[in-house]
Amino acid sequence: MISLTVNGVAHDVDVPADMPLLWVIRDVVGMTGTKFGCGVAQCGACTVHLDGQPVRSCSTAVSQAAGKKITTVEGLSPDGSHPVQRAWVEHAVPQCGYCQSGQMMSAAALLAKSKTPSDADIDTAMSGNICRCGTYPRIKAAIKRAAELA
Amino acid sequence: MRRDLFIRTTAAYGAGLALGACERRPATVPDYQPSPEPSVTFAPNAWVHVRTDGTVAVLINKSEMGQGVYTGLPMLVAEELDLPFDRVRVQFAPAEDQYADPVFKDMTTGGSTSTQDMYPIMRGAGAAARAMLIAAAAKQWGVDPGSCTTKSGQVLHAPSNRSAAYADLAVAAATQKPPQNVKLKDASQFTLIGTSPKRLDLDDKVRARTTYGIDVVVPGMVYANVLKAPTFGGTVASVDDAAARKVTGVIDVVKISSGVAVVASNTWAAMHGRDALNVTWKNDGPGAHIGTPRMFADAEKLARTSGVVAGKSGDVDAAAGTLIEAVYRGPFLAHAAMEPMNATADVREDACEVWAPTQVQTRCRDAAMKITGFPAGKVQVHTTFLGGGFGRRLDPDYAVDAVEISKAVKKPVKVTWRREDDMKNDFYRPMSVNVVRAKLDAAGRVSAWEHRVASPSIVKRWAPAMMKNGVDFTAVDSVTPEFYGFGATRTTYADFEPGVPVGFMRAPGANWNTFATESFVDELAHAAGKDPLGFRMALLDPKKGARMRAVLQLAAGKGAWGRPQTPGASQGLALCDWGGSLGALIAEVTVSGKDVNVHRVVMAADCGTVVHPDIVAAQLEGAINYGIAMAMTAKITFTDGKVDQNNFYDYTVLRMKDAPKIETHVVKSTARPSGIGELGTPPIAPAIANAVFKATGKRVRQLPFSDGLT
Repeated sequence: MISLTVNGVAHDVDVPADMPLLWVIRDVVGMTGTKFGCGVAQCGACTVHLDGQPVRSCSTAVSQAAGKKITTVEGLSPDGSHPVQRAWVEHAVPQCGYCQSGQMMSAAALLAKSKTPSDADIDTAMSGNICRCGTYPRIKAAIKRAAELA
Repeated sequence: MRRDLFIRTTAAYGAGLALGACERRPATVPDYQPSPEPSVTFAPNAWVHVRTDGTVAVLINKSEMGQGVYTGLPMLVAEELDLPFDRVRVQFAPAEDQYADPVFKDMTTGGSTSTQDMYPIMRGAGAAARAMLIAAAAKQWGVDPGSCTTKSGQVLHAPSNRSAAYADLAVAAATQKPPQNVKLKDASQFTLIGTSPKRLDLDDKVRARTTYGIDVVVPGMVYANVLKAPTFGGTVASVDDAAARKVTGVIDVVKISSGVAVVASNTWAAMHGRDALNVTWKNDGPGAHIGTPRMFADAEKLARTSGVVAGKSGDVDAAAGTLIEAVYRGPFLAHAAMEPMNATADVREDACEVWAPTQVQTRCRDAAMKITGFPAGKVQVHTTFLGGGFGRRLDPDYAVDAVEISKAVKKPVKVTWRREDDMKNDFYRPMSVNVVRAKLDAAGRVSAWEHRVASPSIVKRWAPAMMKNGVDFTAVDSVTPEFYGFGATRTTYADFEPGVPVGFMRAPGANWNTFATESFVDELAHAAGKDPLGFRMALLDPKKGARMRAVLQLAAGKGAWGRPQTPGASQGLALCDWGGSLGALIAEVTVSGKDVNVHRVVMAADCGTVVHPDIVAAQLEGAINYGIAMAMTAKITFTDGKVDQNNFYDYTVLRMKDAPKIETHVVKSTARPSGIGELGTPPIAPAIANAVFKATGKRVRQLPFSDGLT
């Protein structure tokens, strides 16, 4: 049994220690906001925060997350009021929306350490997140807007 | 897929809409998320259900994959119904024939046709509901229906200063006779069409509450992953599943038509179990030993020596002028939608349910009927949101997996493919070899244009009836654009069949052929010693090119042709026509060694009436970025029958750091809406190539640029 804290709620899960955190969150805890995209930490769709740091949950063993504070996209805010979410709405960022959980988690992590990120900061922080709908220009604009809202 | 090549049902179009059978059965919209929906009280037709709580359900027969139909189609209903847009509740229609697209004749979302096909139907559905609500109010008040108006979800009778909310009229309206004909609004009366209300899927998407196919949970469900043949058409010779069955969480191992499925208590256990399988394959399919280098040589030979005439005018051989020739080579490509292929099915003793992120609901239904032997009424297909489509989900193979596995294990099953399964089992964008020849006369005008194509056919498999005289119309789309006045023309198509499954990918045909056409037009401009913009302006057909002329002028002005806005950058230009819409695009590019950097893109488009300007802009932005991803480094290659690429580390796509600034401009129009979801994809690659030529003097005739720029 492994004890996890997801968005402040404790979960005891009976899973192998090497099971990726992504599949524990999705299939065992039952929260589906965190997405599967590539399984090899190449696309960022599965990004969550471990003690505030963005990690790719598809390539993080659940045992590595035990005892740490796990934040998923559902934990960004209870009501969509996180500055990133508000900015995402203002700029109508999502198209299919599938990658946006990961995009928003990477953006939130960036803004947590950089109050006014430059274009280069944004490129560096966000280039691990793929969007096949090509919403990059809006993501960039929304991150700058979120910095103002924060 | 070009809508003008389907048989149109023109009867359904026009201002006065014949509604035909309006009495539909009450909505029993299946919804896998149990939700306390208010009961439907007034369903004047299949598309609109007015509820007593003041909301109106709009059923849409199109899949939402980011292109905005979840917002755009309900806008058409709300416009005609004079309904505040925030009262709309959208539902995906069930897979029933009454929800067939009027052109496709089934439920298909593709070819940038959703808005243009459904424009009169959704407006007519809203107008019919409005007419019946007015009739109910007029009867209650004892007044002439012609003296009533509607506004903001109410019927008004100004002479007596009376009003009634739709919610309060719903019960009475249900007893009114559906109108046979309704008059639609004139464009000057629009209050919603042409504005950009908040997308109806936006709040859920930023709060991660959207249910994609991969998120479906059915009580009692198990999870599956499928090991598929390493070569196309390969079959299972023998299975040793002893090790797989020992993996924690594995429940069962079953053979299905596409391979061997491992069924488990969670997705990871299923994948883990699949890795423990020991399967021997018979690699005896048509693509068992294919290799990429040979394909291009074979296709070029075919393009040069054979091929049926797909179109011609005048006599290209007799035309006078200096002959110029170039050969363009495009690779197979994978769609790589962010949501890997998946589906959920529950095959029970007497019925079957399928939950699928699909662009083809009725194909999914039909496939499930075939597997289960159930009649249509016993197979329900629930459409989920799609994590990208791009044409990949125009095939139902993932749903077939789910139905076959569920039938075998007698439980609800969600099958999820790995990214690698998706990469290696796609219906790929076809490779193509294009031999293009033209003659320039003494004045530098094009006197003849010949475009010879050899590529695998999509249509031959997907819709054989659409093959005409051996020509796959998608394969020759955009090879000889109508908007140009080329003089004599000849287009040929050779069906090159190397054994690779091919399918539709964003702007099929055009997404490659426009590269050949617009690169070659640029080559001709330079050969004639003319500016590429002026050369194109002069080349436009006086009549068929008139609409394009306005688009090109808009692009040239907004894009500052001849005055790059990026320091040190070179500009390239390309035109395209897709889905009844026209586009002109200017790219600003710098080249450093073999690195091509796209800094700024300006695109102008004419897509008729714009329903939602911000979604149109978003679609152009997205389609342009999709086109950049297709052109820069992406390719699918084969070695001894196997796909060489695996995942995003060796099938590389566009990322934030390489994404350009994009500006879009749309020509004002009151023409019927035409397609916008794909228009941005075809012109970006040739515009980049033309800018690369300007910058370096090197002509790229093979994509991706990482291969073609030497």
